[in-house]
Amino acid sequence: MLEAMILLVCACILVSGVLAMVLENLLAAIVSGGLASLFAALSFLLLAAPDVAMAEAAIGSGLATFIFLYALRKTGYGKDGG
Amino acid sequence: MRALAACAILAGLAGVFGLVVASHAEPAALRPLAAAYVRASVEELTTPNVITGILMAYRSFDTLGEVAVLYMVAASLGLLLQPIGDHGGGPTEPRLHPGEIVESGKQVLFPMILTFGAYVIANGHLSAGGGFQGGAILASGVMLLMIANPDAAINVAALGLLESAVGVLFVAIGILGMIHAGGFLDPRILPAGTLGDFVSAGAIPLTSALLGIKVGAELSVILQKFRS
Repeated sequence: MLEAMILLVCACILVSGVLAMVLENLLAAIVSGGLASLFAALSFLLLAAPDVAMAEAAIGSGLATFIFLYALRKTGYGKDGG
Repeated sequence: MRALAACAILAGLAGVFGLVVASHAEPAALRPLAAAYVRASVEELTTPNVITGILMAYRSFDTLGEVAVLYMVAASLGLLLQPIGDHGGGPTEPRLHPGEIVESGKQVLFPMILTFGAYVIANGHLSAGGGFQGGAILASGVMLLMIANPDAAINVAALGLLESAVGVLFVAIGILGMIHAGGFLDPRILPAGTLGDFVSAGAIPLTSALLGIKVGAELSVILQKFRS
């Protein structure tokens, strides 16, 4: 049961990671990257490492996503060919 | 040609990972070092949460290094994010105002996030958590505040001062550990107390609180520098 759940969560990490690479819409790609971090935190929790999961959820999926959003705004939403 | 090379590299990586996975065997018992840490963190430090015991005592110098890296990032961001020339800063778009949901959600969630962060920091030696995680949670509370009030200014100078003062205190406790106990940042400068009590584990709650404040302030400064 636990192994099946871990495999499912790992598949979710892979899918959201690939989506973050493939998606043309940068906003959606950033949210997808944050989602990958959130699933990674979930996998840490399933593997009995709540301390690491907490740091990953707060920094990886919270603060990092937010910093990417600010960077996106500063660079003009990717419109100037950058 | 490049695609072929990329495929070859990927196949090599897959082979390495495959070997690692294939040779993995679930260990039946802890390795000697891990077993020693698990035993010593409970017996020497009276810390039920072994991870915090290791991070804040046996490997506290590494923790100090992590915080120093964060400090360097916060300090150097100002230099890196300076607008280059005229067009560098981009057109300053009108700030988007948050909706009713975010505004009201902030009023409910902000105190709860701060309380949860303080709980995670203060109970780091008893349950999952600790200074680093709690500090990150505090910073995510500040992040919510930034989303809900786009015009609110964060006092970077005051946060920097707080963070430096806390850092000095942290190192001072470390040096006290060198004088009165076994080494740098040894938490046994304060009485150990009984296992599982809120006031126990020597100086670990104190260093945890300092670390939490430091990490929270540093991450808030980083966010503010990206925002402004």
